[in-house]
Amino acid sequence: MNLYDLTIHQSHELLKKGEVSSIELTKAVLERISQVEEKLQAIVTVTEELALRQAERADERIRSGDSTPLTGIPALIKDNMCTKGIRTTCSSRMLENFVPPYNATVVEKLGDAGVVIVGKGNMDEFAMGSSNEHSAFFVTHNPWDLSSVPGGSSGGPAVAVATGEAMYSLGSDTGGSIRLPAAFCNIVGLKPTYGRVSRYGLVAFASSLDQIGPMTKDVTDSALVMNIIAGYDPRDSTSVNYPVPDYTKALIPDLKGLKLGIPREYFVEGMQEGVEEAMRTAISKLEELGATVDWEATLPSTKYALAAYYIIAPSEAMANLARYDGVKYGYSYDGENMWDDMEKTRQFGFGPEVKRRIILGTYALSAGYYDAYYLKAQKVRTLIMQEFQQAFEQYDALITPTSPTVPFKIGQKVDDPLQMYLSDVCTLPINIGGIPGLVVPAGFCDGLPVGMQILGKPFSEETLLRIGFAYEQATGWVKQRPPISERENDAS
Amino acid sequence: MKLSREEVLHIGTLCRMSLSEAELERFQEQISNILENFDILKEVDTDNVPPTAYPIHLQNVIREDKAAPCLPQSDILANAPHQEDGYFRVKAVLD
Repeated sequence: MNLYDLTIHQSHELLKKGEVSSIELTKAVLERISQVEEKLQAIVTVTEELALRQAERADERIRSGDSTPLTGIPALIKDNMCTKGIRTTCSSRMLENFVPPYNATVVEKLGDAGVVIVGKGNMDEFAMGSSNEHSAFFVTHNPWDLSSVPGGSSGGPAVAVATGEAMYSLGSDTGGSIRLPAAFCNIVGLKPTYGRVSRYGLVAFASSLDQIGPMTKDVTDSALVMNIIAGYDPRDSTSVNYPVPDYTKALIPDLKGLKLGIPREYFVEGMQEGVEEAMRTAISKLEELGATVDWEATLPSTKYALAAYYIIAPSEAMANLARYDGVKYGYSYDGENMWDDMEKTRQFGFGPEVKRRIILGTYALSAGYYDAYYLKAQKVRTLIMQEFQQAFEQYDALITPTSPTVPFKIGQKVDDPLQMYLSDVCTLPINIGGIPGLVVPAGFCDGLPVGMQILGKPFSEETLLRIGFAYEQATGWVKQRPPISERENDAS
Repeated sequence: MKLSREEVLHIGTLCRMSLSEAELERFQEQISNILENFDILKEVDTDNVPPTAYPIHLQNVIREDKAAPCLPQSDILANAPHQEDGYFRVKAVLD
């Protein structure tokens, strides 16, 4: 086994025993990056020097017996989380040269835990997209099939974890941006409850939907990262002051006593046959592990979620992105006068999808349309939330597919925004509801990964992790790694 | 309902974003198509349903008014495209 293939908990064991050093782990990951990055295009900025410096410090910490389970373990941060002194681009021309003067709270927390940051992950511009094709810099490739998309918007972070360019990543999820790429790349992705992880220093896309979460090689790693990043932060007024458990305590390998619902609305028309098959097999496995399964669960308003989401998210985005005016930071156009500067800064600084959403959001909020679109969407949001609430009175968790299909081809949907939006149909209701969602690998269809999505009520991450853990222990799909090196040999 | 060229142009003004002719045409088409699909929301009876802005119940989150150090001015200005004497510099707002 290669060092870069290790999980966080395996690395930690070796570090603790002194069988490997953080410097060795970090060099292995950096070496891996230099080998595969040309094919994958997952990373915007590689921070080699910083990583080696942090690794050295981590080794000292480990020697002095002052380590945490994340100390000395190389991570990739999605490029929309502020890293002091390291440029944070959101994969946008607008922020191509932006160097934050402060750290996001999650980055600070990882820093305190002894993180080694190997780089910043590529993404759809400002996290708007489902394929990573909307990065202003380059398209990230799916390691399972280089001609397919890795999912988005946290595509770079997902690919890096799947291929050993990092041991784990932090992603952000506004409508599926952690979960879809996790499913498409055969890794574990958790979107925590809204308010569970601080958003301070996360470049805002849609403030009532955004949430940061771990992208990892297995469920144990997900729990370990949550232990560090979860918790109240006075600098994020929407973060919730609710006790943080030790998430690893939830990891028990059976599901006895758990009631699971399968909401039929998530088995949508046009769902790929192989995906449905994989899901049915996965659900029987959950039953074997001791859970009771009800196939008759229902969330009737699910079909309205897509429309509600694509009104709410762009409306919030247009307000959040008003700050990019070429005055305080970022790209700045030098035109005829102040207004010309501002209007052209935004024309040339933003890419097509970001502009599309700003236009859509501005329209939905403009005089005469506010009630019909924005207010209506907010009311539908209430209904969707109520249905989740009712469902969780009956079930401990809901099980759904993450996407109706396996990864699609690069170029297939990029010119058809509505088709692209439909990729999020199974993931975005979760952000509308503010509830947590965990994605775990659940098999393959035509050689491409299928992800199972596990949903629970607010602050039920422990239940989700338990289900994911039991399933992962019983199946081992999570251990499958993309054949990226073999592919390399084939090509040569 | 299809958005007119003038409507898209007007929205561009509202959000202070210039649009090229090609963009105007493309967004006219695409945004109209998207909005048409959103008509599905008209089916939902929301007469007695209150709107939700945030998934958690929050009201007036306040903290103690305590002084604490902030970032130095030079750090904040370091990313400014144009600055002068400790200020962000822009062209004249009023002629």
